[in-house]
Amino acid sequence: MSASPHAAGSTETRQVYLFATCVIDLFAPQAGVDVVEVLERLGVTVHFPAAQTCCGQPAYTTGFPEEARKVAAAQLDLFPEPWPVIVPSGSCGGMLKQHWPRLFADDPARRVQAESIAARTVEFTDYLVNTLGFRLDAPAASGAPLRVALHTSCSARREMGTLGCGRALLERLPGVERVEHGHEAECCGFGGTFSVKHPEISAAMAADKLDALTASGCESFVSADCGCLLNLNLSLEKRGAALRGQHIASLVRARMDGAAS
Amino acid sequence: MSGAAAEPRARAAIFARLRAAPDVEPVAVPDVAGYYRNRAAPSGESRRERFVRNARSWRAEVIETTAGDWPAALDAVLDARNVRRLLAGRGTTIADTLAARLPAGRLRWYDAPLASFKPELFGAIDAGITTTLGAVAETGSLLLWPDAAEPRTLSLVQPLHIAVLHESGLHETLFDAMVGQGWAARMPSNALLVTGPSKTADIQRMLVYGAHGPRELVILLLRDGDAA
Amino acid sequence: MSAASLPQADARVSPEDFKQRSHESLHDAHLRQSFRGAMDFLVERRALQFPDLQAFNTLRKLGENVRQHALAQLPDLLERLEARLTELGVAVHWAETPADANRIFLDIARRHAATLMVKGKSMVSEEIGLNHEMAAHGVECIETDMGEYILQLDGDRPSHIIMPAIHKTKEDVAAIFHEHIDGAPLSDDVNELIAIGRRALREKFASAKIGVSGVNFMVAETGTLALVENEGNGRLCTSVPDVHVAITGLEKVVDRLEHVLPLYALLPKSATGQAVTTYLNLITGPRRAGEKDGPREMHLILLDNGRTQAYREARFRATLQCIRCGACMNHCPVYTRVGGLSYGTTYPGPIGAIISPHLMGLQSTRDLPTASSLCGACGDVCPVGIPIPDMLMKLREAGRHSVAESITPPAQALVGQGSVRRAGEVLAWRAWRVLYSHAALYRLFAWLAPRLRWLTPAWQGGWTASRAALKPAPRSLREQLARRRAGRTVPGR
Ligand code: SF4
Repeated sequence: MSASPHAAGSTETRQVYLFATCVIDLFAPQAGVDVVEVLERLGVTVHFPAAQTCCGQPAYTTGFPEEARKVAAAQLDLFPEPWPVIVPSGSCGGMLKQHWPRLFADDPARRVQAESIAARTVEFTDYLVNTLGFRLDAPAASGAPLRVALHTSCSARREMGTLGCGRALLERLPGVERVEHGHEAECCGFGGTFSVKHPEISAAMAADKLDALTASGCESFVSADCGCLLNLNLSLEKRGAALRGQHIASLVRARMDGAAS
Repeated sequence: MSGAAAEPRARAAIFARLRAAPDVEPVAVPDVAGYYRNRAAPSGESRRERFVRNARSWRAEVIETTAGDWPAALDAVLDARNVRRLLAGRGTTIADTLAARLPAGRLRWYDAPLASFKPELFGAIDAGITTTLGAVAETGSLLLWPDAAEPRTLSLVQPLHIAVLHESGLHETLFDAMVGQGWAARMPSNALLVTGPSKTADIQRMLVYGAHGPRELVILLLRDGDAA
Repeated sequence: MSAASLPQADARVSPEDFKQRSHESLHDAHLRQSFRGAMDFLVERRALQFPDLQAFNTLRKLGENVRQHALAQLPDLLERLEARLTELGVAVHWAETPADANRIFLDIARRHAATLMVKGKSMVSEEIGLNHEMAAHGVECIETDMGEYILQLDGDRPSHIIMPAIHKTKEDVAAIFHEHIDGAPLSDDVNELIAIGRRALREKFASAKIGVSGVNFMVAETGTLALVENEGNGRLCTSVPDVHVAITGLEKVVDRLEHVLPLYALLPKSATGQAVTTYLNLITGPRRAGEKDGPREMHLILLDNGRTQAYREARFRATLQCIRCGACMNHCPVYTRVGGLSYGTTYPGPIGAIISPHLMGLQSTRDLPTASSLCGACGDVCPVGIPIPDMLMKLREAGRHSVAESITPPAQALVGQGSVRRAGEVLAWRAWRVLYSHAALYRLFAWLAPRLRWLTPAWQGGWTASRAALKPAPRSLREQLARRRAGRTVPGR
């Protein structure tokens, strides 16, 4: 295989935790499988604590912080080793990194745990680009040319600051060309319970996003957030459109496969 | 009167609520001076050039002239716009020159209080001319302190406002002017920063000059050093 | 034109109808397009003013510091301001409610036997419904900001706090002027329209006894009121009539004169992408001895209307940092789509969603804090660093928890605290919590749900109105990973 991790630093085995998110677990497991597959091919040992459920964000953002706190509390003991916690979602990553410490501000013991996890939380593309220095060194023949658009979730952009990581990752996939779409920085309209409390506004935002993606001339689009992807893909399905989006890990894996073949 | 009786009650209730609020963590005193000190100094052009460029970007007409030549420049401005009646304040640094230069019919002094002068002010005058307290190079803005001699409406009601500015009055920023001239201790009833002519974009975002104030702002900039 | 002939904006508009009105707006293609166009324009213009993110952040920190510093000592500053203004001869009035403020206005008008007021742009005067109230008592209160004037003639309401008439085309304006202004020709030339407005309002400026204005910043140190504008109508309102009445929210005070500078550096850049406005008008007391113009009498009305409620809780206090630039709405994907009129509040958009619950209570405004995907665009651009998304979440919480039900109970309830709580929603989140905080239970669920995916309803409320149904995958990730680990030698796909 010609994929090389260009890992900066030591060659000892890297161990990471995967916090896969509840959305991926039940609704988009392929994204999770591809995350594990990519990391393992790059020589990383991935630990998936089986007792993990959800970061608590749905309740937290809807105005039920106590429910969120209880669910988040159930995750705190699952990451005892000092390994990075890889989150294949800017949104859930933002919850762990920015909001967990605040959620446990009045609970000293848990706050220490939450802060430790927050400090170790790394979004998937960030880990690939900045920790592993990933780059796919492929001969020109590998992988057919592909035009993809990148949808960066609002939390990835604002809470995790990983807009640049997603772009860099696509640049490091030979044959993949990133195309811009109109109002790229704008929200896709998901917003958790917003999408059911204000379905019409949410739908209007999603529709504009889909129009922009379609107009970009991309063959497919990627995102590092499965919440956005579910919103967009199921809207496309309802439209009867052929365009689909996938998790960026799935694209990376597919390009690795292409490079390997 | 019901209002008069209610007000002290309202005041007391409001303060009671404000005073009952829990203290927050102390907040540092804002260091406005430090902010302006630490900003990168502008470079590449003189302060005058910077002022002129910025003022013009706001559609002010800047005429660079000298202490000796400005009356002629003013004549040209008035003639070009066919100004028949120019309003000015008495006793200012430009008053004598104006009186000597302009025919009596063309110059009108702002002598009466507004109440009695209103019909003429709103109806029969084409332009107003004022001195300035200085200007701000960073934004191309004039500093005006209207007073008894040069009332607020002298720079406001006419379609054309002409301002006489000495280059020595240029400050880099409004902060420099405000602190350098010690405004806080001696605020006049009205102090103005005026940048270009009056404008609006309230209809379909289309920019139109002369909304309610002057349509045109002409600045006679008297350069230092090359006085006649 | 008499007061009676002026059409009045519908006073019954309420945020309770947000969903209905936003539904209508979403289906109004013309409105959608004009808002998108206007917001794109403003977003782009602002970006040009802040090319360097670091420089913006430095200035924004200072602006935030100025506002927080002022709020931290708000009652002291207000007392100092009042003392300074009193020395200067300005009458300071305190109003707890819009009704109080209107009564003060009316008293002043009656004392001067005034039947006409000219008004510069003031959102607080909208908040108290001043025009409507004065008209009801025979006093005509004329808007003089061009955008506001157009709306007033048409009996319409502002849809944006900085550009109130962005929902009107020049053809709309032409028709409105032609109908309501004597002798106005039907012209859709914008220069000519503005000239028509200017002429019509000149008469009003010359004859009104009272000029009304809002205030952008008040300075405790000097008793100065700072007004920011482009048109010059604010200067006319505060220079020509014999009486000037300023009205503003009591939070608008800053400590020192120089503290105005960073706020003024932020406000027009954030609002319209201008480095400065045409006028920064600093008013310190009424006309002085010997002066020929300026008001002989000056009043300042300080309105509470729920602001002290926001003040009293640390978690809501930052709401009062706002300098009303409108940047949050310009960048809001929800506002851009539903427009300002959908909100049914004086302040629309993100700032409206965080301030209106304090002004009007949580119940009638219940749909505003939830009408956000929490994308965070508003918080990014707010020039005084208000964490708007956090505030929205806290308001969602306050609506759903009475004081007794709150985990960290506030000392006092907000108006309408807990009024949005619904048993169904509470139960759903409780069930969710039980499921997601018990690993064994969740594991069972994650095993079961994929196997019962054929039971997934095709109709899922609002979700499926525009989307296919959300269905669990055939196997959960945890199962797939477990199987993968068990069959280690088999490649993943
Ligand atoms: S909340 Fe911030 S961005 Fe919105 S109007 Fe107020 S100051 Fe401007």
